[in-house]
Amino acid sequence: MNREKIRSPVLRMVGITKRFPGVVANDSINLELYPGEVLALLGENGAGKSTLMNVLAGLYDPDEGEIFIQGKRVEIRNPQDSMRHGVGMIHQEFALVGNMTVAENIILGLKDIPFVPSMTGVKEKIRELSKRYNLKVNPDTFIYNMSVGEQQRVEILKLVYRGAHVLILDEPTAVLTPEEARDLNRIMITMLNEGKSAIFITHKMDEVIQFSHRVQILRKGKSEAVCNTKDVTQRDLAKLMVGREVLFRIEKKAFHPGSVRVKLEHVNAEDETGRQSLKNISFEIRAGEILGIAGVAGNGQQKLAGVLTGLFPVSSGTIEINGKDMTNKQPIQMIRTGISYIPADRGTMGIVGDMSVAHNLAMKKYREEPLSKKGILNPARILSFAKQMISFFNISTPQPTTYVKFLSGGNIQKTILAREIDACRGILVAVYPSRGLDVGATEAVRKQILEQREKGSAVVLVSEELDELIAVADTIAVMSEGEIMGVVDAQTADIEELGMMMAGVRRRSS
Amino acid sequence: MQLITTLLLVTIRAGTSLLYATLGEIYTERSGILNLGVEGMMMMGALTAFAVVYKTGNLLFGVLAAMLVGGCMALLHAFLSVSMRANQVVSGLSLTLFGTGFASYLGQRLGPAKNSFNLTGLTGERFPIINIPFLEDIPVLSAFLQQDILTYLLYIIVPLAWFYLYRTRDGLSLRSVGENPRTAATVGINVMKTRYAYTVLGGMLVGLGGAHLTLAYTPGWSENITGGRGWIVIALVIFSGWNPARAVFGAILFGGINAVQYRMQAAGTVIPASFLNMAPYLLTVIVLAAMTILSRKKKTSFSSPSALGTSFSIEDK
Amino acid sequence: MRIVLAKREARSTKISALVPIISFLVSLILGGIVLAFSKANPLNTYIYMFRGAFGNWMAFSETLVKAIPLMLTGLGVSLAFRIRFWNIGAEGQYVWGAIGTAWIMLYWQFLPVQMLLPLGLLVGMTAGAIWAGIPAVMKAVWKVDETLTTLMLNYVAILFAEYLYYGPWRDPKGYGFPGSEPFPREAWLPRFLGRAHWGLFIAIIIAFILFFVLARTKWGLEIQMIGKNPNAARCLGVNIKWGIIIVLLLSGALSGLAGGIEVAAIAHRLQKGIISGYGYTAIIIAWMSQLNPIAALFVAILMAGLLVGGDQLQMMIGLPAAMGLVIQGLLLFPLLAGTIFTEYKIRIKKTKEV
Repeated sequence: MNREKIRSPVLRMVGITKRFPGVVANDSINLELYPGEVLALLGENGAGKSTLMNVLAGLYDPDEGEIFIQGKRVEIRNPQDSMRHGVGMIHQEFALVGNMTVAENIILGLKDIPFVPSMTGVKEKIRELSKRYNLKVNPDTFIYNMSVGEQQRVEILKLVYRGAHVLILDEPTAVLTPEEARDLNRIMITMLNEGKSAIFITHKMDEVIQFSHRVQILRKGKSEAVCNTKDVTQRDLAKLMVGREVLFRIEKKAFHPGSVRVKLEHVNAEDETGRQSLKNISFEIRAGEILGIAGVAGNGQQKLAGVLTGLFPVSSGTIEINGKDMTNKQPIQMIRTGISYIPADRGTMGIVGDMSVAHNLAMKKYREEPLSKKGILNPARILSFAKQMISFFNISTPQPTTYVKFLSGGNIQKTILAREIDACRGILVAVYPSRGLDVGATEAVRKQILEQREKGSAVVLVSEELDELIAVADTIAVMSEGEIMGVVDAQTADIEELGMMMAGVRRRSS
Repeated sequence: MQLITTLLLVTIRAGTSLLYATLGEIYTERSGILNLGVEGMMMMGALTAFAVVYKTGNLLFGVLAAMLVGGCMALLHAFLSVSMRANQVVSGLSLTLFGTGFASYLGQRLGPAKNSFNLTGLTGERFPIINIPFLEDIPVLSAFLQQDILTYLLYIIVPLAWFYLYRTRDGLSLRSVGENPRTAATVGINVMKTRYAYTVLGGMLVGLGGAHLTLAYTPGWSENITGGRGWIVIALVIFSGWNPARAVFGAILFGGINAVQYRMQAAGTVIPASFLNMAPYLLTVIVLAAMTILSRKKKTSFSSPSALGTSFSIEDK
Repeated sequence: MRIVLAKREARSTKISALVPIISFLVSLILGGIVLAFSKANPLNTYIYMFRGAFGNWMAFSETLVKAIPLMLTGLGVSLAFRIRFWNIGAEGQYVWGAIGTAWIMLYWQFLPVQMLLPLGLLVGMTAGAIWAGIPAVMKAVWKVDETLTTLMLNYVAILFAEYLYYGPWRDPKGYGFPGSEPFPREAWLPRFLGRAHWGLFIAIIIAFILFFVLARTKWGLEIQMIGKNPNAARCLGVNIKWGIIIVLLLSGALSGLAGGIEVAAIAHRLQKGIISGYGYTAIIIAWMSQLNPIAALFVAILMAGLLVGGDQLQMMIGLPAAMGLVIQGLLLFPLLAGTIFTEYKIRIKKTKEV
């Protein structure tokens, strides 16, 4: 449109190159941002979007390239420099101290406040800004008492308090319901009308279409294209993102479910603080069936997985596995029933980083022959078992004896996958298994899950990607606030309806 | 009434060294560093203070030397914990082992030749009791006003320590480093510098606490003069909820137990001395267990700084 | 120019073997500086210490005498450290071992005298185990931090022992000396070289057993998992609570055994000298041997050498025996600083030109 030729950009990144050992994360990228617009930065995991924004936000030094703000060349050495030039970033993990109030978090690190700051003035300004942008933030609340959506609004307020007029948001809707995402959009529009601009990093094409004016696609460190959002479709974006035609449906065999493997009835669970994390959960999974669990992260999905694996206690209700009552059993008992678990938190729960890949691969089967006999381990067998798994699952590691923490994220996930799939005897619980993986690894994960389904396992698949669930799962249950809002057939699922359930609207029983 | 006043008087005297050290360790731990070397630093502070005063006759030099020594030992711990990312528990324990051993060694080498170089049993300058005139006869209150200058200083230092931590910009930064160093680093706070600074400051206060033992409380040097106080300090930090104001109560409580112990031993009660002496240690275990169990459910105002004892580096993503 | 630490691609086993050795040398150098300030010749002093500890068979036997309890307490503490349970209570567990053994030796003499030693050691081990079990249960069930609880219990144990040998167990024929009656001669643990006794072989055998168990058994694998990532261990079916308790019972038993052996072979009574600081030296041994049971044996002998050598210093040239303790205390600092180099290397970064 002709408009762009008249306006001048508020931000220009020219020829930005950033190298890390073994990879060029950003290769001579140019980016322009105009006042009053939202630019979506789209790309797969590893395309270089976060790197580029981290350069802008002062967290990385670019190896080459320059940045211009309001036409002036600037040096950005640290986040404080970028903030001084009016650029602020909200990361996926919020930079907030849980044990402090909103007001304390807002002024934390500010250099130009007096030694003994006057909190009344600060709180006044916070309330004023909160009203102006409809952020609904109370300066005296403690962060740990706030929901994720509220915390995000505190982060926004923090940037605005410090005078930001370019806001960078990293995957902002990952933690929001569709309704909250629309709220965020409204807040952004208010800011845009004042002449502020925003860049948001995403890998979700539907969000690009919904929320942005222009979109820039990065692929393998290079800028692939820059388009006006209304001139492109999701298919176009997908092609630019991946470089080839992307099939939206995966090859999946017909649905022939067997007997009931997993049955939950009226399961309730409380966490350590006494809050109800699961409410009246009931469902059945049959052999050869994949039950997908949808919902915004933090609505009980992990607790559900915990209850199925014996890691989390049930306060009432029953869990039946293969017809046997397995409510509130120890993890070892659930493992003996044949349950395999791919946890969301790989480093903390899936592997022992300071032990070898071989040992980690053996951690499901070490209690039995041939890896051990009468309590004594057989190192030769463990090593040969490991070599088999490494080759079969294509795990890239210098040696089987290398400590697993030195592997890349994708290979760590492959290690966990290998161990759990190999030991799976009928039930698989996978939580966000393809999070953070590149396309190749994600395909491998989905392939394995579908294979388990062929073999007759009952699978629980927790995922934040509705596309993934619709493509892979047979049935989809949506969780919100610890309850199941509704269960739908994946083939006939409607994204709008799923979104409503995610936001807490119960499904009308048909 | 007189008994209470006397008891309170001795309690405050006994609690002074504990309180200085506790304030120091509170500041250290607020930055996220756990320093278990308190016992060793107090011992070295006590020795240094006495040795310097014995040689120079100058109490101020003694106090400053003790603070210097405490600060240096803490600096070593900060270097190992922050820069070398060593295990903080073991580093602190090493400081204690070294400090107690070295103090014992120096205690047998720095004395005059006529005492075979031993500092034990010598008398040197001590901090005199300064009575506040006109108020001596008021019961209870007078206990607070018949102390030495180091104790009087505490009456100012404790409120200042509280105010700094909770009401100033720098105190806010300090607390954030101990709670969430990643966030602190993101907003521009230098986590490394903060941890170094407050660990060293903490060490200086601990050294000062040790000095009070040999220059005012006992006074004089003997082997094992701290007698496990350093560990009580670590417990006191926990009992006070890392709050300088609440630390006062803990210091008074344990100072009081100290005072009562001596009284009861002197009076010759039925309970053997050994069991009386066990009281502070058993009490510590019981209170620690109780506090842990009670605060399990949620974060309370007694909770520890969330990042206590962990190491932090910018590259960790 | 800036000095930066960069992560290695894999752990360097070369460096992790070198670090303890270099640390020892550094501590000798630092100790030498202290000696120089004390107007003593460092080289001479070290030669005296070495002769005093290893110079002849008598000296070596004395070194072994100190090494044996250090080996056992070192093994006990290492075991606890493997699951990152900071057992600082080895001193108290040691004392209870001595108390337990003394109890049998003194008050169970109605039994045939050959039974007293084995039973005594067993009871000593049990007492030590229970003393370690208390903080272990508190940690496993209520998550109470073990650093302070184990430490506080040390003082309680020491004071209780004091009560016993000053009070009800005091030898009426002892001229007021704070100690119990001597144990029956036949129940003493036999010596073979000077005062060095058979406890040495017990310690060595236990070290090898521990090494095998940790490296080659299911339980050993689970212990490693608990120590390195308890969350993952729990997900994989390991019972953390029992793991902690059993490890600590064993840890306490080993320290208790050390205490029992010491009174059965050396002191032959429960007396004032029982409190020796071995429980704290055990921490140095555990860390320096990198929790390896076999290495612990050698490090224990080294530590014992420093102690015995230090005693000799006092006698030969009048330097305080505490010198040995000073060098021990200095050992861990270079070790702690050096450990980071097993996973990081130094890189010099040039600052950007503007």
